[in-house]
Amino acid sequence: MRRHWPAALAVLVLAAVAAWWLPSVVPPAPWSSAELALLRALSLVSLPSVPPDPTNAVADDPRAAAFGEALFFDTRLSANGEVACATCHQPERRFTDGLPKGRAIGTSARNTHSIVGSAYSPWFYWDGRKDSLWSQALSPLEDPNEQGSDRMAVARLVARDRAYRDAYTALFGALPDFSDAHRFPVSAAPLGAGTADSAWHAMAPADRESVTRVFVDVGKAIAAYERTLLPSPSRFDRYVDAVLAGDARAQAELFTASEARGLRLFIGEAGCLQCHNGPLLTNNEFHNTGILSYPGEVPDQGRIDGLRTVRRDPFNCLGEYSDDAGRVCPELAFARDGVELIGAMRTPSLRNLDGTAPYMHKGQLSTLAEVLDHYNRAPLAMIGHNETKPLGLSRRELGQLEDFLETLAAPVAAPSAGDGAAVGFGR
Amino acid sequence: MSSKPRDGDAGRARIVVVLALAMAQWPALAADDAYCTSASGRYRVSYTSELEPLAINRIHSWVLHVESVDGDPVTGAAIEIGGGMPEHDHGLATSPRATEELGGGDYLIEGLRFHMPGRWEIVVDLRVGADRDRCTLSLAL
Repeated sequence: MRRHWPAALAVLVLAAVAAWWLPSVVPPAPWSSAELALLRALSLVSLPSVPPDPTNAVADDPRAAAFGEALFFDTRLSANGEVACATCHQPERRFTDGLPKGRAIGTSARNTHSIVGSAYSPWFYWDGRKDSLWSQALSPLEDPNEQGSDRMAVARLVARDRAYRDAYTALFGALPDFSDAHRFPVSAAPLGAGTADSAWHAMAPADRESVTRVFVDVGKAIAAYERTLLPSPSRFDRYVDAVLAGDARAQAELFTASEARGLRLFIGEAGCLQCHNGPLLTNNEFHNTGILSYPGEVPDQGRIDGLRTVRRDPFNCLGEYSDDAGRVCPELAFARDGVELIGAMRTPSLRNLDGTAPYMHKGQLSTLAEVLDHYNRAPLAMIGHNETKPLGLSRRELGQLEDFLETLAAPVAAPSAGDGAAVGFGR
Repeated sequence: MSSKPRDGDAGRARIVVVLALAMAQWPALAADDAYCTSASGRYRVSYTSELEPLAINRIHSWVLHVESVDGDPVTGAAIEIGGGMPEHDHGLATSPRATEELGGGDYLIEGLRFHMPGRWEIVVDLRVGADRDRCTLSLAL
């Protein structure tokens, strides 16, 4: 026995090294037919065309998208002339800003969402307090922490900018005449800062209505632009093409063993498909995943507050500014109440991870590794109930998941994304 | 148990007949129920979906058909919809409702949305006159 122990030790060492090294070079098992169906469902080949928005008559009008793109990048739509939508929704950062909470005139309440693919969501903001892209676009314009403007100032800008005036008239008809300073102050909005609120209430109802209509139309043009911001195929989508074609060589060329193992975990035991499903890797639903509150703040109630707000919103699907004559509005009509909504936040798309840290509703998690560790531990929620369960995944498996998530990165598909130099609006 | 081929065949045939009868009595054993029999055994509920094939993350309507086990359509029923995913311990993503009685035992159910793949249950609570009953539809997405 004593003569053989160096050999035995060598065998043990080799076995340990092999156990550590082999998983990264041995190809993962082939995909089962059930797994193939799940992969196809996650691929962009399964993405339907952008759903219509009956509440916005110009939602799919390219002229509205061009007008909306110019507005999106226009810093004149702010109280200090320095903030545009693009200040926080930066095209080079996938329409986010790399900050825990948005920073414009002040600090926003929550983390800036990416807009890419948002046309597919029935709800907007982390708490779903807006039910259309156009009504969401109106909020930052009048928010004192964001653009800090008011609807009267927005309407005046459209009226005095020649290109905007022409674009507006072609889409929505003639603008009102705002030249009478007695009827139309410089600045006015309900709940506006400074004198804007009292100026608003001093206006005649018919004049308030005409200003609000122009304001709503500006939101609808911005929404038409945002609807064009879509994801393009990523390495993950090319891998799924190879899997569906049964091309093992292409699969091995496109994905490392670690990435393929991460994908298998994603669609299997890591349970990600409960929320991150469909070709955008989000069900756009509200889930409580036990994210801690922002330091120094009380926990965020999330959807339970957002639902209450959207039901009262004059700009919602059922309101008078919706272009949907039938007021069908199934999302609003059948929205769910209940305690599961406490602390529940809207699921973001995993196609927008690249360059968009920090993550979660107030940027509480700085890296993907932290996010995955959070899901692995599934801590008790501070409010409501954490829907997720601890996963018991190893460090290596979490690394594989992270490797897989990075394969989802791809440029934004919209041809006009990013430069703001929409035809006819050059400044 | 008998080693004679004829007895063994008869035994197996008996087992098959018993199993077939058993499965006919318990349709809930089937993988994907387009219908269910209510708890009291009096009513049968089936559905057709506006969204065909069923897909996740799309709000849509169903037409529920309620009939007695003898096949007579049930009219004037009050219907409430609940359910969820038993394996995930959560309810429905929306609050679907019976919004219209279409006649002939048909009822329009609006506002259904399934927000993840897996096994779902739709629980149909019926009130027919003084009768209260429950039927659970099972589907896999």
